[in-house]
Amino acid sequence: MLGPLGPWLAMLGFGAFHGLNPGMGWLFALSLGLQQQRERVIWLSLLPIAAGHALAICLAVVLVLLGLQVVSLTALQWITAGMLLLFGLYKLFNYYRHPRWVGMKVGARDLFLWSFLMATAHGAGLMVVPALLGVAGSMEGAHAGHAGHAGDGTSGGLVMLGAVALHTGAMLLVMGATAWIVYRRFGLAILRQRWVNFDLIWAVALLVAAVIAALMAWS
Amino acid sequence: MALWKPDPSFYPSAKMAMQAPPERHAYVAALNTGRNDQPDGIRVVDLDPHSSSYGEVVHALDLPHLDDELHHFGWNACSSALCPYAPHPHLERRYLVVPGIRSSRLYIIDTKPDPRRPRITKVIEPEEMMAKSGYSRPHTVHCGPDAIYVSAMGSANGDEGPGGIFLLDHFSFEVIGPWELDRGDQSLAYDFWWHLAQDVMVTSEWGTPRQFENGLVPEELLGQKYGHRIHFWDLRKRKLSQTIDLGKQHQMVLELRPAHDPRKTYGFAGVVVSTEDLSASIWLWHQKGGTWQMDKVITIPPEPADADDLPPALKDFGAVPPLVSDIDLSLDDRFLYVSCWGTGELHQYDVSDPFKPKLAGKVAIGGIVNKAPHPKSADPLLGGPQMVEISRDGRRVYFTNSLYSTWDDQFYPDRMGGWMVKVDVDPDGGIQLDPDFFVDFGETRVHQVRLEGGDASTDSFCYP
Repeated sequence: MLGPLGPWLAMLGFGAFHGLNPGMGWLFALSLGLQQQRERVIWLSLLPIAAGHALAICLAVVLVLLGLQVVSLTALQWITAGMLLLFGLYKLFNYYRHPRWVGMKVGARDLFLWSFLMATAHGAGLMVVPALLGVAGSMEGAHAGHAGHAGDGTSGGLVMLGAVALHTGAMLLVMGATAWIVYRRFGLAILRQRWVNFDLIWAVALLVAAVIAALMAWS
Repeated sequence: MALWKPDPSFYPSAKMAMQAPPERHAYVAALNTGRNDQPDGIRVVDLDPHSSSYGEVVHALDLPHLDDELHHFGWNACSSALCPYAPHPHLERRYLVVPGIRSSRLYIIDTKPDPRRPRITKVIEPEEMMAKSGYSRPHTVHCGPDAIYVSAMGSANGDEGPGGIFLLDHFSFEVIGPWELDRGDQSLAYDFWWHLAQDVMVTSEWGTPRQFENGLVPEELLGQKYGHRIHFWDLRKRKLSQTIDLGKQHQMVLELRPAHDPRKTYGFAGVVVSTEDLSASIWLWHQKGGTWQMDKVITIPPEPADADDLPPALKDFGAVPPLVSDIDLSLDDRFLYVSCWGTGELHQYDVSDPFKPKLAGKVAIGGIVNKAPHPKSADPLLGGPQMVEISRDGRRVYFTNSLYSTWDDQFYPDRMGGWMVKVDVDPDGGIQLDPDFFVDFGETRVHQVRLEGGDASTDSFCYP
C-alpha cells in the first residue's frame, strides 16, 4: 500500500470525485449564476455548498472518533465495510432516489443545508470512513507506546479536521474547475452529451469503499 | 433499464429543445364516453411526412374500462429531470400518465419498446387514487423535477371541492398524497404550471364536478359561480401565497402558460367567457414590486348570429361567444396560440412584448355557426379548435375539436365527431392549415395531443 500517505491520498481522491458529481453542487451553482446572469454567483454559491459537504464529512469524523472509544480499529473497519456494502447495494438498485428538496430560489443558508442533506443522504461521509480510519490507524501507529487517550483524542481530532479540510479543498477545486469549464467552454449542451449516470458510479464507489475497508480490516 | 446517458429528449433549456428533431407521431386522447358503448383510448397518429401512413391513425389502444372520459394527459418525465437540485437525468421519457376525469382512474401507458404500439403497464383504480390523494377527477399532468404532479377537480368524496394537486412517485407511480400543505381559501381547481426558477406554482379555476360533469349549468354561469380567480403558491412550502380575482364576470379561468425561459416571470391565462358581453380574454400575470399582478392583454369579442343558427344553450343571446378553451405558448415564448372553440378560429398572437400581443395569424375551421370545412373534408365541420399542441421547433401546430363530452353535446348538438388538423407556421408569424392533414376519427371524439419527445406544454426548464 501507500503507507501513511495512502489515507490522505484517498481523502483527496474522494474529494475530487465528490466534486465532480453534478448532484453534489457545481451544477446547482452554475444554474444559479445563469439564472441571475452573474458569473460571480457561481463562485460564491460554491462556498456554502462546500461548507455543507464538509459538515457531512465532519459528522462521519465524529462517529469514527466515538466509535473508536467503544470498539477496536479493526472492529470498526469491519463494521464500516458491512455498512458500506449494505448501503452500496441499496444505492445500486435505488441509485435514482434523491431526497425531495424543492427549491431554486436559494440563499447561502439553503445551499449549505441542501449540500449537507445531499452528501449525507448519498453517503458521502460513509464513503470516506475507510480513509478516515486509515488516518486514525496511522496515528495509532505513530502514537504506539505513548500513553494517555485524552491527548490522543484532541490531537486525533485536529488531524481528522485536517483530513476533512483536504477533502473539502479538493472537492471545491474540482467543483469550481468543472463549473468553469462548462460555463466558459462547453455550455449547457454538455449536460445532454456527457452527463453519465453518476448515481450508478456513486453506488459502485460505495461498494469499492466497502472492499477497501474489508481489506484494511483483514490486513 | 438504467440509462448511461441522459434521455436524448431532455434539454437543459427551451432554446436547445427548439433544435430537437421533428416529431414523428402523436398520442391523442380518444373519447367514446357518452357516445357509444366503446371504451376510451389512446390513438397513435403518424406525423412523419415521409411515411406512407402520414396523417393516419396507425394504432388504437383501447382501455379495459368504459366511461373513463379521457381528457388531458402527460409524460412521466421531461426536461425538468435535469434541474440541479434533484437531478435524475437518467430517467426515461417513456410512460404516459393518462387520467380518466370521470372515473378517477389513472392509467400508466408504456410507449416502449414500440412507440407506435403503446401498452398499459399499470392501472391505479379510483378507490386507491381517492384514498391516497384525497381528490377525485384527475386532470392536468406535469412532469416535475421531484415527482409527477397531477391536478384534480374534486374532493375524494362527492361532487364538490376542494380540488387540488397530488403527487405520483416518478419511479413506482405510487400515489404519494396531496401536494398542498396550506391551501388558504382555494377550493376550485383546473390547470396548474410553475415558474421553477422562482419556486412558484400557479393554479387556475374551472368549477366543481357538479358544475361540469352533466354539462354546463346555465344558472351557475349566469350566477357567476364558476371560477374567476388565479392562485400563486410557494412551490417549496406548498402554501398559497397570493390570489388574484379577475372579476366575477370572467367565468372559467382555464389554461396557464408560463414563459419557458426561467428568467422570465410572466405567463398567460385564458378566460372562457365574460358574462357581461360573452367575450373571451387572455390575461398576463407578471411581477411588480414583489407581488403578482394580472392584466387583461387580449379581448376576443363574440360574433352576432341568428338565433336559428344557435344551439338551445345560446339562443337567447343572439351571438356566438368565442369560448377560449385552450392556449399554448411556443418554446421561444414568441407566439401564443388561442383556441376559439365557439367561433371556430385559431388565433396566433406575437407576444414578443407580452403586454402588447399582436394578432399575427388566424385560421378558421368548424365553429358553432360557420362550421367551416377543411380542404380535405367536404362536409361542414362540427366542433372547433380546442386542444392545441405546438411542436418543439414551433413550426407545426396540431389541434383537435372536442372540449368535454357533455359540453360538446350542448354547443354542438348535432352529434359532433372527432377530427385533428395541422397548421404550418411561418417563422415570422402567420399560420395556414396544412391542406393534406386531416385526421377523421369518425364518431370518436379527440382531446389532448402529446407529441413524440415532448412539446410546448410538457417540458419545463431550469436553465436559460
